[in-house]
Amino acid sequence: MKKTLLAAAALCAIAAGSAHAEMSGGTVKIGVLNDMSGLYADLAGQGSVIAAQMALEEFGGNVNGTKVEIVSADHQNKPDIGSNVARQWYDVDGVDVIVDVPTSSVALAINDVTREKNKVFLVSGAAASDLTGPKCSPNTVHWTYDTWALANGTGKAVVQTGGDSWFFLTADYAFGHALERDTSAVVEANGGKVLGSVKHPLQNADFSSFLLQAQSSGAKVIGLANAGGDTTNSIKQAAEFGIVQGGQSLAGLLVFLTDVHALGLETAHGLILTEAFYWDANDETRKFAAEFAKRNRGIHPTMIHAGVYSSVLHYLKALKELGADADGAKVVAKMKEMPTDDRLFGKGQVRVDGRHIHPMYLFEVKKPEESKGPWDYYKLRATIPAEEAFRPLDQGGCPLAKS
Amino acid sequence: MFELIGIPPQAFFGQLLIGLINGAFYAMLSLGLAVIFGLLNIINFAHGALYMMGAFVAWFLLQYFGLGYWPALILSPIIVGAFGAVIERTLLRRLYHLDHLYGLLLTFGLALMIQGVFRYYFGSSGQPYTIPPLLQGGVHLGFMVLPIYRGWVVAVSLLVCLATWFIIERTRLGATLRAATENRALTQAFGINVPRMITLTYAFGVGLAAFSGVLAAPIFQVSPLMGADLIIIIFAVVVIGGMGSIMGSILTGFALGVVEGLTKVFYPEASNTVIFVVMAIVLLIKPAGLFGRAHA
Repeated sequence: MKKTLLAAAALCAIAAGSAHAEMSGGTVKIGVLNDMSGLYADLAGQGSVIAAQMALEEFGGNVNGTKVEIVSADHQNKPDIGSNVARQWYDVDGVDVIVDVPTSSVALAINDVTREKNKVFLVSGAAASDLTGPKCSPNTVHWTYDTWALANGTGKAVVQTGGDSWFFLTADYAFGHALERDTSAVVEANGGKVLGSVKHPLQNADFSSFLLQAQSSGAKVIGLANAGGDTTNSIKQAAEFGIVQGGQSLAGLLVFLTDVHALGLETAHGLILTEAFYWDANDETRKFAAEFAKRNRGIHPTMIHAGVYSSVLHYLKALKELGADADGAKVVAKMKEMPTDDRLFGKGQVRVDGRHIHPMYLFEVKKPEESKGPWDYYKLRATIPAEEAFRPLDQGGCPLAKS
Repeated sequence: MFELIGIPPQAFFGQLLIGLINGAFYAMLSLGLAVIFGLLNIINFAHGALYMMGAFVAWFLLQYFGLGYWPALILSPIIVGAFGAVIERTLLRRLYHLDHLYGLLLTFGLALMIQGVFRYYFGSSGQPYTIPPLLQGGVHLGFMVLPIYRGWVVAVSLLVCLATWFIIERTRLGATLRAATENRALTQAFGINVPRMITLTYAFGVGLAAFSGVLAAPIFQVSPLMGADLIIIIFAVVVIGGMGSIMGSILTGFALGVVEGLTKVFYPEASNTVIFVVMAIVLLIKPAGLFGRAHA
């Protein structure tokens, strides 16, 4: 009698234990949410889905025998559409983690929804440093880059080479505002001056009016606090109005590989930019890029794609260790506890405020004659070591970092 | 030195000029829409996509046939115009006896499809297209540097707009066209091939869009999204000018370009909404548009 009772208790314990280790809904669902059709579709878009798939394939397609699925959606750069998709995914479709989400205004909305539902949010595409600052969350990891890191890279480099008075062309939403704020701080801290700024609508086509205002400001540097198609159009039209010949220089604060490809080296050469990843860095990144490009209509991976790959891989590793995906905050805690290591970002860690720490790189765009062909665009100017690349923990104002 | 509401005069005149340049695109595109609406009664939502096709055809010609800007300026409108003629013959023709809404829905669907196909094959960040060597550089006007290419755009689009107006309002061909709009059956009774005329009119309107596309290619990225960004504004321009009014759409196009340009100085955040504010006001005061005739 005693024996059977004991056996029953043991069985119960095993059953409870295995029930605990099960994944919610019987699968792990990864939702890639980004701009699939607008101005950010090339630098994130379908490529991010491919990057997530590559991470999953490399991991073996399952976590401890539980199937992993990838779904995707287009948020059209609109916070309301983004949060509707997120709610639908979390509440109805059983999605456990949302990845990528460029467009900071949308990312900030998803940040709130994810925390409310206690799921996981892995940010690669969005830039606003608020995500690990005042808006930091125990459910969010900010992987690839942020506005502070961009300002610290490009902004600092430009001020130190003599560009000490600035005028900003700023995309009028959360990202542009954050980038202008963080860059202004760097400019002023390094002895420079900010003469003014003009805010333009997102996905604007004609920049001549704004460029003219920047020109008449007399600033030495025109800082482009925008991204994607907005940046390429600003740079292209600045050439038309003779801004650079007139003695002013342009600082593209967020320029992606796909933007340089779209501009062509004729127009883009000489631009200085900060990135977390470049495909032509070593054998592993080249191998990754070759496979990625084959699956993505020849488009080579941007740092956002690399960040999606790397963050999904680390998420899966944490799940494997933890054995359960239901409690998002626990999964993120595990991700912070385990050191990160993969073939694109190398060794790193996720800080308590959710910031993923790794080196950043300052690149210069090659002259046409220096390039061996399409996608051979950057030469390395400087490596910013991991401990200097991101905002120090105590300066972000993140409540998680205080306790 | 005097200032206008806190803006130095150099900047003010510069912005006026830039407004005119943007207005040139608005004018040419809304003109095409007005011609099509006036004669076919179709609200051509595919106009933006066809404008984008015009730019892409120019890019194709350069990339695959080595044909530069000047041949493209002529060939692209012909090629895209022919594509327009096929659309009219095969699809739009079936809708003339139905409500406006059907034409709008069909062309809207077409626009989405064309845009989707280009986005799939060429991505969203666009392709570079350089300014032809003859028009590179700028002229210093004292208050600003005017890129020669932009000056060319204003001149050529003014010319095209006025020529179109002249043909439709002042020539025999135009008179026949207008007659066909007024009373199709009667015009046909005079032995005029009205269906062919309508096909050609649609092709012409589409060709105008493609022509603007080629003009735009060196200024903006040749991107699948370029038309989608513009089409809503163009419709606002047409509504403000009065649907179907030729001169109305030309004048409104240029005027709204200037209004938008000035908004970018005084309150840049509102620059993408100001046109719709104007539209709302105009519709309240003059529902048929500034130059439109109210239907009885």
